Amino acid sequence: MKSFKEKLTERVFLLIALSTLSVLALITVFIFIKGMPIIAKVGIIDFVFGMKWAPSQGYYGIFPMIVGSVSVTIGAAIVGVPIAICCSIFLAEFAPVKLRNIFRPAIQLLAAIPSVVYGFWGVLFVVPAIRKYLGGPGLSILAGSIILGIMILPTIISITEVSLLALPRHYKDGALALGLTQWQTIRSLLLPAAKSGIVAAVILGLGRAIGETMAVIMVLGNAVALPHSVLDPVRTLTTNIGIEMGYASGEHQQALFATGIVLFVIIMILNATAQYITRKR
Amino acid sequence: MTQKAKIDIKGLNFFFEQKQVIKELNLEIPENRILGVFGPAGSGITTLLRTLNRLSDLTAGARQEGEILLDGKNIFDTNVNVTELRRRVGMVFDVPTPLPMSIFDNVVLGPRMGGMKSKTDLEEKVETSLRMSALWDDVKDRLDTPAARLSGGQQQRLCIARVLALEPEVILLDRPCSALDPISTAKIEESLVQLKEQYTIVIAPHTVQQAGRIADRVAFMLMGDLIEQGYTQEVFSFPKDKRTNDYLTGRFG
Repeated sequence: MKSFKEKLTERVFLLIALSTLSVLALITVFIFIKGMPIIAKVGIIDFVFGMKWAPSQGYYGIFPMIVGSVSVTIGAAIVGVPIAICCSIFLAEFAPVKLRNIFRPAIQLLAAIPSVVYGFWGVLFVVPAIRKYLGGPGLSILAGSIILGIMILPTIISITEVSLLALPRHYKDGALALGLTQWQTIRSLLLPAAKSGIVAAVILGLGRAIGETMAVIMVLGNAVALPHSVLDPVRTLTTNIGIEMGYASGEHQQALFATGIVLFVIIMILNATAQYITRKR
Repeated sequence: MTQKAKIDIKGLNFFFEQKQVIKELNLEIPENRILGVFGPAGSGITTLLRTLNRLSDLTAGARQEGEILLDGKNIFDTNVNVTELRRRVGMVFDVPTPLPMSIFDNVVLGPRMGGMKSKTDLEEKVETSLRMSALWDDVKDRLDTPAARLSGGQQQRLCIARVLALEPEVILLDRPCSALDPISTAKIEESLVQLKEQYTIVIAPHTVQQAGRIADRVAFMLMGDLIEQGYTQEVFSFPKDKRTNDYLTGRFG
């Protein structure tokens, strides 16, 4: 029989744990309550696939921003994923312990840099470089992809490295004992075996990329139009909220919450996919 | 020793950081025979086997002194290709180590990475290797199923087949039957006795009895020292060293 004191402690902890969950529930309910009316009024098809965003005239179409978010995220994946995977292979398989002990905290530090600093760096260096060497306004999908590609590195590297290190030791011993070279072992055995972990890592990284706001506001140019090349400026779902929330009211404000709903759903789908893939293992 | 020595270990010392795991070991391993290296856990037997194909290189903080001559050539020489050495000296571990792929792919992994491409060659390789390890009849109809679905005994025979597929010269087996039932053990022992016609086999048996059943020669190790070696019958019937006798009669271990 548990004593009263013990029971009480247990309850208190349960209550505190529940409070974190309730915050999630509260936010979810809140944005849905605030955002649903405008979606209902405009119609879900016209809202999601509408090409024109002009709140003052009553046009609420967010398709260009969905394209913006998706293109910047794909760009970030193209920039970041190969670097991240090579880096984690190096850390998990090649790096001597001493080097690894320097690399690992350094990469974690990348995650600790505030996103506004990334944005600032992007505006001062990446954007002018693109304008100078590739043309266009500089503020562009490419600039956003580079910045986000760097920002998602820590997420992908740490999860990929963990899933490589979590493989049974006998995989590696067994393969090397069969006369495979280290690279053959990695390519033909370790990477396929860690596939689900790596895919989950990439998806979580992309979830971070699509949700990022501050850094992309600063480097994307924020024009609400369908881009024609990676050198064109775009606006993403997040930056749409970030830019306009300060002065929006009424239907306009509701439309921003509705943008949030769309973002929320996309990120939920990404995270659920990542969870599903990791669990299937 | 009448039989030619395949491997000649001369003055081998092995250290793991400050700890000496193998002390001044001299041992000849005869060709086309089964050598059983036995002793209590922690005697350095696994380390000795892992040193013979330089898997010990993978252990951080390990270093060795002395020579191991394979066909008269020192395997620690700087110009030795370690990958090639491991193809000549194959290893089977104490727990079955099926790799996460099909039975077929497990067997051909080594040859394929070594450059064998032709499908018929690979198929032939799979059949001969699995026949030699007495697994062919069990699995010939389901070569494309994942290796992890086999029973423990089958997995271990698959690991032996995988090593055989490399056409090695020496096969090292580190307590290969410690996780197996008696029937699987008997099958593996039977294949080993047949395999010695073509290969040199070094086995760390999981019991003294197993050494008695299959080994032509035995070596007894204790705390990193080689205490005694000789023909199995002689060592088992008339051990020269008191410690060997005590271990064999179960006074310690």
